[in-house]
Formats: sequence, C-alpha cells, structure tokens
Amino acid sequence: MYSYDDFDEAFVRARVATFREQVARRIDGSLTEEEFRPIRLMNGLYLQLHAYMLRVAIPYGTINPVQMRQLAMIAERWDKGYGHFTTRQNIQFNWPELRDVPDILDALADVGMHAIQTSGNCVRNVTADHFAGAAGDEIEDPRPTAELIRQWSTDHPEFLYLPRKFKIAVTGSPNDRAVTRAHDIGLRMLRDADGAPGYEVIVGGGLGRTPMIGKVIRPFLPKAELLPYLEAVLQVYNLLGRRDNKYKARIKILVHETGIDEVREMVEAAFVLKKEAFPGADPDLVAAIEAAFAPPRFIEGLMYAPLKGKARVWATTNTAAHRHPDYAIVTVSLKAVGATPGDATAQQMRVMADLAERFGHGELRVSHEQNVILPHVHRAHLAEVHEALLEAGLGAANVGLLSDIIACPGMDYCALATARSIPVAQEIAAHFEAREREIGPFKIKISGCINACGHHHVAHVGILGLDRAGVENYQITLGGDATESAAIGERPGHGFPAEALIPALDRLVQRYLELRRDPSEPFIDAFRRLGMTPFRDALYPDGGTRDAA
Amino acid sequence: MSVIVTDQGFGPETRIAAFLTLDELRQSETAGHALDLAPDADPEALAPFLDRLALIRIAFPAFSDGRGFSIASRLRLLGYRGRLRARGHVLADQYGHARRAGFDEVEIDAILAARQPEEQWLRRANWQDGDYRARLRQKPAAA
Repeated sequence: MYSYDDFDEAFVRARVATFREQVARRIDGSLTEEEFRPIRLMNGLYLQLHAYMLRVAIPYGTINPVQMRQLAMIAERWDKGYGHFTTRQNIQFNWPELRDVPDILDALADVGMHAIQTSGNCVRNVTADHFAGAAGDEIEDPRPTAELIRQWSTDHPEFLYLPRKFKIAVTGSPNDRAVTRAHDIGLRMLRDADGAPGYEVIVGGGLGRTPMIGKVIRPFLPKAELLPYLEAVLQVYNLLGRRDNKYKARIKILVHETGIDEVREMVEAAFVLKKEAFPGADPDLVAAIEAAFAPPRFIEGLMYAPLKGKARVWATTNTAAHRHPDYAIVTVSLKAVGATPGDATAQQMRVMADLAERFGHGELRVSHEQNVILPHVHRAHLAEVHEALLEAGLGAANVGLLSDIIACPGMDYCALATARSIPVAQEIAAHFEAREREIGPFKIKISGCINACGHHHVAHVGILGLDRAGVENYQITLGGDATESAAIGERPGHGFPAEALIPALDRLVQRYLELRRDPSEPFIDAFRRLGMTPFRDALYPDGGTRDAA
Repeated sequence: MSVIVTDQGFGPETRIAAFLTLDELRQSETAGHALDLAPDADPEALAPFLDRLALIRIAFPAFSDGRGFSIASRLRLLGYRGRLRARGHVLADQYGHARRAGFDEVEIDAILAARQPEEQWLRRANWQDGDYRARLRQKPAAA
C-alpha cells in the first residue's frame, strides 16, 4: 500500500502547524466563528450534539497495523476508548476536546494519517472497493486511481470552496462494491475494444433528501486523461452549482435541472482547455503509485484442512473468494448483536491489527458497510483468525445477513438527527438473529434523518427515522440496491411508530419466506420478481397505505 | 482605504487605469484597461477582449463563495496574461490558494486588514510549498 514520501510527510506536518495557528487565531478573534468553520471542517472537526467529532481519513479504506494501533491509542488517550467506522470508509471519534485536536492530528501524522478534507465543501475521502487487490472479479485495482485523486484533490486551490461537498468513488470490478452510482462522480474501470484501460464516468449520483442514481457523462475516458477531466467536471460544478439553497447545491441538482447533455457539453469544452494546460500526472509518478499497490507475496504450497464447527459456519458468511485459490477475504463483522453497528473498542482495533500482521500480510480495509476487512488471509489460518475474533467479541457470523445492519450514529450523537437509529438497529438484530441464516442475504440500512448517512435509499429494506409531532416514526423503503444494478428503494406506505416497526418487519420477512422460490432466492431477487404488491400488503394488512403527511 | 496584498505583504493601490464596464471594454480599441467581474460572470464572454486588459478584478462577496477561483483558472486557460486580483472577503488562509489558482494579488478593506494583519498574510507567502497539483506534474525523485 501507499506510504508517505518526504513531500506527503512535510505536507501533513505543515498542515497540523497551520491548524494550531488557526485555532489560536480563532481564539484571538482574527478569524470569526463563521470563517473558522470551513477551516475546522476541512481538518475533519465537526460540532455535534454532545461534543466535537473528529473524522479521520482512511483513504480508500486502506490501513496498516501500525496505523490501526495508533487509532486505538488515540481512542484511549483522547476519547472514550472506541471509534466508529463510517459508510465512507473513514473513522470517527465522538468525544475529542478542541484543545487536544492538534495533538491528535500530530499523532495521526506520526503514522501517515490525517483528517484533511473529510468534511467541508471540497472533495472528500475518495472511496474504493474494499476488496480491491484481493477479489477475483477485478479488472484492475482501483486504489492507485483513488490515491492519485487523493493527491490531486488535497488542498486543490480551485476546489476548496465548492457549493457543497463532493464525493468520488472508484470500482475496479464490474461487481460494484463501492456504491459508485450514488456518488457525485463514480468511476468504473474498464477496457476499450482494443484493451486500453480507462473509466466509465458517472456524474450526479447521491442519496440524502433527493436520492438520484448517477448518469453516464463519458462512457469511456482514457486512463491518462482522468485528472484534467475531473478538473473540468469540478470547474463546471464550482461555477454553476447552486449556492442559494444548501439542499439544492450538489452536482446531482445541477445535472437534474440543466440536463446531462448540456452539462456534458460544458464539461467537454472545459476539458479541452484543461487538458492543454494540465495534462495530468507524470506517467512515472503514476507508475510509482501503482507499484506501491503490488500484491503481497502470497504463501505457496501450504496445506490446509476444511474448517469445522463454528469456524465453518462463520466462514460461509464472513469470507469471500480471493483471486488466489488458497486465500480468502475475511470480513470482520462490527455488528455484534447488541453492540453499536460499526464501532470497535481500542482493544478490538489492536486484535485486528495483530491478526493483519500475523495472518493478513499487514493489510486491513474499512468497508462502506461499517465492517473491517482482512483482504489476504491464507485458508490455513482461518481457524486461528476466527478463534481470536471470537475471543475479542468480533466473531459475529452475520456478514450480509439481516443483523449486519448499516446504521448512522443517529440521535444519540448527531445534531441533525430526527430519530434514534442505533437502538433500533440493535433491537432488529436481536429479534431476527436466531432466524437470519434461514432468511438469507438481507441488507437493512437505517438513517436517523433525511440526510441518509445510513444509505437507507440503497438498502433492500431501508428504514428512515423521522419525527412526527415529537414522536419517532420509521419509514420503510423496499428494493434499494447499492451495486451496479443501483436502485433507489420505493416507499410502500406510511411510517410506523417505534413499537410497530418490528412487527411490520416480521410480517415482511414472513411474506418473503412464504413466496420465495427456494432458500437460494434472496429477498431482493424475490422483490424484483414479484413486485411491491405482496410486500406492501404484508406491511399494511389493514390497507393503511395513506402517505405520511 | 483598500489594502493590496502580495507576496511582499501589504501595499497601496498600484492600478492606474479606471475600471471599465464590459460594454465600454467591447467598444474600446486600446489596451491596458481594468475590468471588474462579479462571481457569476461568464469568463468566455471576455475571451475576444483579453488582450485589451491589464487588470481583471474578481469579486469575493463571501469567502465561502469559491467561484472566483474557477473564474481565475478559466481566464488563465483562455490565455489571459495580465494581472488578476481577488477582491473582497478573502482570508489570509486563502492567500496561497488564490496565488496558485492564478491570482497575482488580493484586495481587502481596512477592517479585514486590521483583523488579519500583515504577518498573517506573510505566513502564507510560501504558496508554492506543499502544492500537490504541481508535484503531480513532476517526475518522482530517484530512489
């Protein structure tokens, strides 16, 4: 994986020094609170319900054991002993004190990490397939592209005061595990008819209040032209994106209101100018970045026996096929029933770091589904890995099953929330745990407000927590999809008060079990085959489909 | 009283020409003029007249409105070689970005200059350091 050179190192150190100075200038009044706010945000510091929240960047979700241990130390020293892995492959600390933040940033810089541009109206953390470099279905590893975009977008002078945030995701596999179609720019790596590498460029995807699937702006962009093309898109957006209304300021609104054809025309015209002045990265530099992501030296000729008992059961959900036949991709579930989805204690972080070091070729990933991945584990080591995970409370064998729920922090943490999401996730997980293997693959995602940080729009069953006259009310959506067959979930009818939610989900699951062809047809396929009607009827047996006012 | 900020710090106004309107610019047949641009200006409209301009001043009504950075970039891409000035609510923290985006100088009012005195701007005069975008164009250092 990429490691910092002198330039990167000098940059993060200077950045921390600058932020210390900016905090001092905020205190002495040189900077007003309004002026300090985007500076604070572009250094990852949010103000939330109870405290500041620091969002640390984990570029394209890739992290090594030294870095993971440092996060554990930070959690213990400056926070309450845990961190939260997010739907954009970052980690959040919920309780830092403002005066400690420059020291935390220094501790991050010590291990080649930072919190730069994880918030603010700028290009955010570039996310990528969490199975990159390990999955067998990959055309090309997306991470060198993500690293290139990270460098290009860091402190980019033109694009730090955009109309709104800007999110880019990259997939190197036709099986899109990076939710690219719900990003401001989504890049899908592919080859043209002559085998030359390039990207399909999608623009204007996004969730939140007005969920939209992105549109193809360029079906094939040659690989070397990526950066000037991104500059063209960003420039058009920066100039023309709406600045009058925060909720209409994303590029998806510009595409929706102007039309993809006209936006494409403007981008292609800007691209001609940009390409001339800024042809992109030096090819030798690109090659050096790609070399940093060379695969590890896999162990050859090591025998292994099939797994037995609990380990075998765990492996059916928590391992995925690796490009090397003797290896597996391990997903460590951070969704233990009863725990907070996506959270890990400092001790658990150390366990994962140790496992990566001993059995994982020194690599870990964070997935947008709030789990941690060990991408390269030899099958001979799976039993031992499983044993260690079990002991650390990380052995939940539920990846992709009903209790593997994505939930935003919700009203327990977030000032924007209209409902609590974590307790709801915990209750649902506990309720269905015993039956989840029978039920099969099932993606529930919960958002505690309309901003959709839980990605509920692209869940098989999405749950949106709202406030109706002071009471929490949960709106269900069905049939969402975060993959290459991306779809926004549909609303079958009115929302449910908290106590009616689980009975409603029970009816939904029961109906699915009755109607599925056989256990190999997952819920989402049955939904696509049968349509909304039987599931709507199950949710509203008394026909109560009136819209929530 | 305005303050003009450059890499050398605070200085007085150095412009000689009066600011024209776009119509006046179109009708003029001489060079060396100055022009004010609002943040919603279309840089393309200026393309035929760039050689008549010595100074283009782009407004920043709010520091959070970053359109001026793209207008500056676009003008440079269109071949403008005269002076570019960012004027208005521009913070010392944005000085380096302004220079890298193609601006030559920043114009602020006396109130902002008092609140963000010269040394805060001079600390950003090293705007060529830590420039990732420029670094991408270079060959990697020999191992």
